[in-house]
Amino acid sequence: MILVLVETDAHGATETSQETLTFARELADRRGGLTLHALLVGPLADGITQAALTQLGEQGVSTVRHAQHEQLSSYAAGSWATAVATATESVSADIVMAAGTARGSEIMAHVATRLDATMAANVVAVDDVDPLTVSRQVMGGAVLEVMRVASVPAVLTVAGHAVDPRAAALPTQPHVEVFEPPLTESDVVGRVVRVEATEVDDTAALTGARVVVGAGRGAGSAHGFDDLLELSELLDGTLGVSRVVTSLGWRPHHEQVGQTGSRIAPDVYIACGISGAIQHWAGCQSAKTIIAINTDADAPMVTKAHYAVIGDLHEIVPAINEELRRRGS
Amino acid sequence: MTNVLVCIKRVPETSGQILLSQDGQSIDARHVGYTLSAHDECAVEQAIQIARSTDGEATVLTVGNDDSLEQIRNALAVGCTAAVLVEADTENFGPADVAAAIADAVRSRETDATTYDLILVGNDAADTGDFQVGVRLAYALGRPVLTGIGTVEVQDGTVVARGKGPEGTEVFELSLPAVIAVQEGGVEPRYPSIPGRMKAKRTPVDMVTASVSPVGNGRAALRLPPSQPSVVEVLGEGPAAATAVVDLLYKLGVAT
Ligand SMILES: Cc1cc2nc3c(=O)[nH]c(=O)nc-3n(C[C@H](O)[C@H](O)[C@H](O)COP(=O)(O)OP(=O)(O)OC[C@H]3O[C@@H](n4cnc5c(N)ncnc54)[C@H](O)[C@@H]3O)c2cc1C
Ligand SMILES: Nc1ncnc2c1ncn2[C@@H]1O[C@H](COP(=O)(O)O)[C@@H](O)[C@H]1O
Repeated sequence: MILVLVETDAHGATETSQETLTFARELADRRGGLTLHALLVGPLADGITQAALTQLGEQGVSTVRHAQHEQLSSYAAGSWATAVATATESVSADIVMAAGTARGSEIMAHVATRLDATMAANVVAVDDVDPLTVSRQVMGGAVLEVMRVASVPAVLTVAGHAVDPRAAALPTQPHVEVFEPPLTESDVVGRVVRVEATEVDDTAALTGARVVVGAGRGAGSAHGFDDLLELSELLDGTLGVSRVVTSLGWRPHHEQVGQTGSRIAPDVYIACGISGAIQHWAGCQSAKTIIAINTDADAPMVTKAHYAVIGDLHEIVPAINEELRRRGS
Repeated sequence: MTNVLVCIKRVPETSGQILLSQDGQSIDARHVGYTLSAHDECAVEQAIQIARSTDGEATVLTVGNDDSLEQIRNALAVGCTAAVLVEADTENFGPADVAAAIADAVRSRETDATTYDLILVGNDAADTGDFQVGVRLAYALGRPVLTGIGTVEVQDGTVVARGKGPEGTEVFELSLPAVIAVQEGGVEPRYPSIPGRMKAKRTPVDMVTASVSPVGNGRAALRLPPSQPSVVEVLGEGPAAATAVVDLLYKLGVAT
């Protein structure tokens, strides 16, 4: 039996949870047809529950366990972990999984600790089903680790985009079982006491932009952004930067693109003076067209881009701006 | 007075070309060097800020060999006031082993009249990315834990922590002692000053040994992901390529 913790949003099961279900189902098949159970936690609006149940059926889930308790109205990793651990033990799950999101990783770390199990984080593939051997992302995704997970249950989190969500050949009508996890005081000490609206939603401009002008260490200094900002204005876009730029304090953190910044999906991403490290790439790979401007023709950003210009951004960007102004007026 | 313990890990630099060792069991970082992960740098910064604002101590701790003294010195140079090196061959350590070694060191030091009100770790290590040491450590010590935290404030024995959640900034409150896993982005790590570096050289580092029988990390091998064939079309070199770029921007419909 494989149990998957499913996270939800306004549309039902999240995209990454659906990916995780597909991953789990394929693993279950390879293990000789293990059944697939899903776990929902806490109060959900009827519409969301209905949408999630349809999606879980499409993923071939046989049973949905839904943890309900008055204390589950605000998030606490401890209480979510109790829900997962209770469900895992009551069905003697061989493998318990969640998406490798902030919450998924946090909850599963609690679950693994409590069940004295081994946890493999950010798994992208199963190399062998017996003994369970997985490949997972390490070094921020630049290297894969082949790891044996010997414990029962095995605890896994699945890296985002490791698989595309695919519907099962035979959709199911999952049977729903509601249960009340035995929460204790210590489960809820770490609960969210309130949610503050993020001042201005700084990152919305970046994640919703049609054009993002990216700037990396090649900008040279905190004063090296004028031309890049002008280019983003001329294209009605916005500036996105690499981590080097935010950690040097050249630009604010909310402008960061990448694994630990925003994930963007603009029509055009113009990456200037950015090497294209895997952690940066994780955030910009969904751009429809990528244009790299870099002095180094072998930089990963250049070789992975659709188009490139080789040379100094401080010469090239002003020339582009001038040409745009000339044609625009 | 808040005594903060911040746990850091020496990790290979991840930018630049990554090479594997001959046996495929580890990263060959001879050419790229070692660093701290950004989460750990932010944890160090938080530790310093909390210790300074409450007249407490910020102790830096790492589990590893002598090489990790480099990262300990760096943490001392930016403002940590005490240091512990838990000597162990961590080559095959998994996150449970690291947590056990830290818990052991914390317990033995706390019996000597030191208490660590707040223990900070990074959210996930830049190399192994296990996402577990903080949580496992907290359970081993029987203390509450939060992960994914950007900023931490301590007021009268209570810690107020904030992190990014799906609907905005989530606020948590715990009473001390507690364990918090810090995520980058909440604070800006500072740079060492020259006097800071001098002081770091003079600060003694407590060396202790870990009595842990490791369960291991399950690592069978490391491999590099397959590289994708390049499809790039080079539009040109230098400013002369500007016309081609602008043509393309018009074609893509983003310039008007
Ligand atoms: C856990 C983890 C999470 C991370 N998360 C992120 C993240 O979210 N986002 C992120 O960006 N990084 C992230 N990183 C860091 C990442 O590994 C790289 O260090 C970083 O992306 C490099 O930034 P850069 O490309 O600006 O700098 P560099 O790698 O130094 O590259 C600079 C590039 O600019 C080029 N250049 C220099 N001068 C010029 C010039 N005058 N004109 C044109 N080109 C020039 C150089 O050829 C080079 O290619 C993360 C790392 C880790 C370990
Ligand atoms: N060997 C170590 N010594 C001290 N702290 C460590 C060590 N390994 C990991 N940590 C801490 O635990 C955090 C999370 O690591 P991990 O759970 O392995 O992803 C790191 O960011 C460090 O703060």
